[in-house]
Amino acid sequence: MRNLIDIMQLSVEELDELIHTALDIVEKPDKYAECCKRKKLATLFFEPSTRTRLSFEAAMLELGGSVLGFSDAGTSSAAKGESVADTVRVVGCYADIIAMRHPKEGAPLVATRTAGVPVINAGDGGHNHPTQTLADLLTIYREMGRLNNLTIGFCGDLKFGRTVHSLISAMSRYSGIRFVLISPEELKVPDYMISDVIEKNNIPYEITTGLEDSISKLDILYMTRVQKERFFNEADYLRLKDSYVLTPEKMKKAKEKMAVLHPLPRVNEISVAVDEDPRACYFKQVLNGKYMRMALILKLLEVKI
Amino acid sequence: MIIGQIKDGIVLDHITAGKATQLYEILGLGDLDCTVAMIKNAGSKKMGKKDIIKIGQIIDIDFTILGYIDPGITVNYICNGKLDKREKLVLPERIKAYIKCRNPRCITSCEQEIVHEFKLADREKKIYRCIYCESEAPRQYK
Repeated sequence: MRNLIDIMQLSVEELDELIHTALDIVEKPDKYAECCKRKKLATLFFEPSTRTRLSFEAAMLELGGSVLGFSDAGTSSAAKGESVADTVRVVGCYADIIAMRHPKEGAPLVATRTAGVPVINAGDGGHNHPTQTLADLLTIYREMGRLNNLTIGFCGDLKFGRTVHSLISAMSRYSGIRFVLISPEELKVPDYMISDVIEKNNIPYEITTGLEDSISKLDILYMTRVQKERFFNEADYLRLKDSYVLTPEKMKKAKEKMAVLHPLPRVNEISVAVDEDPRACYFKQVLNGKYMRMALILKLLEVKI
Repeated sequence: MIIGQIKDGIVLDHITAGKATQLYEILGLGDLDCTVAMIKNAGSKKMGKKDIIKIGQIIDIDFTILGYIDPGITVNYICNGKLDKREKLVLPERIKAYIKCRNPRCITSCEQEIVHEFKLADREKKIYRCIYCESEAPRQYK
């Protein structure tokens, strides 16, 4: 039985296989419409996340399965003090697969020990969010036609941004990748990501504070939100929240084929005026996320097509 | 200073100078009834200075924690006054229930029943990370 807690649990070959399945779903949705008939997905969301929860639920429904779960720890037995291990042990009796979001890092890993069914990490605090990375990878592949030979810029909160860390790790396994890491000093990529992932894989990279100076080099610009919930100190959040704003003016300096990605929700970091630019791919990313979650559910449930 | 040979027991040799007291505490050697000798700052050709602990009986030793604190230690088992077995410690791949994760965002910070566990992330730099949140192990445990 497989789980997905960290994107690095999937080999490059498995990522290729998921992308291949997702593209097939895009092309022939009817073929998959009843693949998960009588299967149930439990969405256990101990912290709110409308987008990811709905994406998982839509994915399961489009595969012909059904969904159950909760979207707030306050309405679950966690409010009574039940442990994660006990909660998922119970839910594992009702559901065939679990998608779990939890504010504490490592909670989905704890869940894998007692669930008895596959567990998908739908985000654990500032740690991992592997299915967002799956959405990112499919978007890059569909927009650029490849996952290698790309210069990828990450901009904004690169310290707490779990999607950034996961995508850096995933892309580090492809050839010809370069990273441009754009952030304020306080929100730089952690040192261990630089030493253990980027340098270990001999990936060329540069660290900068300037978006305007770097944008012309990029094939992919991955924007992130400065997340209020990751700060213990509100003053720090207020000081840093508007560090970077992508505007049509800045987009003029970018390559004609550059793709702008964002894990959403955005706040101020991408001007609404950029939405009409054909290079704005963040809403396509949402749809791609659903296709990749469908492919992942099929893989973890070992459904043969 | 002369400390005699032991007949049956364990000699922990090549302990980094200054670490013997910490190991004495961790291994609970103060609770033993047998002879225990702790030699600090002994001369060593290889290390310059080293610590040695001699224990006058065979006891169960947690090599995982010992290897984490001081991976250069040699454990010599003595039987009838002769060397019976020698084990060289290495940094363990996993350490359970010894290092505590200090990350307030980690699941171990709010669920007391979860056993804290760390994995070796970088052997050269001796970096361990929490298996749940990947935070680096606090340095004070070494």
